[in-house]
Amino acid sequence: MSLKDQVQSCLGPLVVAVSECQGDLSVEVSRENIKAALSKLKEDPGLSFDFLSDLFGVDNSELYKKTAAKPAKKAEAETAPEEPPKPQEFPPRFEVIYLLLSLKTNKRLQVKVRVPEENPVVDSVVSLFKAATWPEREAYDMYGIRFNGHPDLRRLLMWEGFPAYPLRKDYPLEGRGEERHLIYD
Amino acid sequence: MGLKAYTGEGWLLTKMEELINWGRKRSPWPLPYGTACCGIEMMCALAASYDMARFGAERPSFSPRQADVLIEAGTISKKMAPILRRIYDQMAEPKWVIAMGACACTGGVFRTYSTLQGINRVIPVDVYVPGCPPRPESLLYALMKVMEKIEKDHPLRALFDREIGQVDLRSCP
Ligand code: SF4
Repeated sequence: MSLKDQVQSCLGPLVVAVSECQGDLSVEVSRENIKAALSKLKEDPGLSFDFLSDLFGVDNSELYKKTAAKPAKKAEAETAPEEPPKPQEFPPRFEVIYLLLSLKTNKRLQVKVRVPEENPVVDSVVSLFKAATWPEREAYDMYGIRFNGHPDLRRLLMWEGFPAYPLRKDYPLEGRGEERHLIYD
Repeated sequence: MGLKAYTGEGWLLTKMEELINWGRKRSPWPLPYGTACCGIEMMCALAASYDMARFGAERPSFSPRQADVLIEAGTISKKMAPILRRIYDQMAEPKWVIAMGACACTGGVFRTYSTLQGINRVIPVDVYVPGCPPRPESLLYALMKVMEKIEKDHPLRALFDREIGQVDLRSCP
């Protein structure tokens, strides 16, 4: 039984999509089910994905913009546009990706959830993997994705009170002139 | 007499200043503040092969209270900037600062939201050392430049400014 089948039979209806890229298996689950899915993968005796090697956020907004711009150009080049291009439906802006490793079988798995911009909240997996504490804080710091049930959700890299989420693609690389000030207490 | 000394003409006091400067010049104890890759090069300058102690930088002082020259080697993030300022404030007068490396001088390659674009935004700098990283010789050269600067200093004049400048000299007999 391949890893793909194993994962699919373990997660059952929780799986939204499965893809494989150069031998790396990636499973998408819905946002509500992430904790259930990870605990199933961890508990399953055959899979036992018991090691969280990383967790991070992704901002896909620029990617979606590019894919939206492409077909419009093509249509212009070939024929005169007959109808105005209808607005495309895109998946939610953010993703949170969990990289799992099984210490027993030495297999790796990527689990993905999509997070909408309006309500960027995901359940925290700290109760399953303690290693998720800092990566979740980092994702919160850089993308503004909040993790429900995280014991200590503070910024990790930027200072307290930093007014933006710097890895969002609409944030300029050089910043907006934020400075941290010296306060003697 | 006092006035003459104050304006820098008093022979005794200028000689006294020279003596003080000579003493200060020969023992600029560094405070190594290595925050990135430049710090490694600074360690090299302090260690046996380049041996900064030859020039009186005898003891790298890890307490700001006993240091004279702050060698800021490396990138300073904006989060770190207040800490650097506090360390500088804790150093006792007289104090000098060497900004070592492109990062400390201007932010270097890190022109981003998180990096301080030059430490002179938070503390005054005496000598800038360009390079990414500068060679240990450059740091030694910067130390010599600090020494030159110490030589031209007027420590007593500053003292007079502080102590006697407040007193109304006309009221003295
Ligand atoms: S100037 Fe270059 S070597 Fe020095 S801290 Fe910056 S990046 Fe590193």
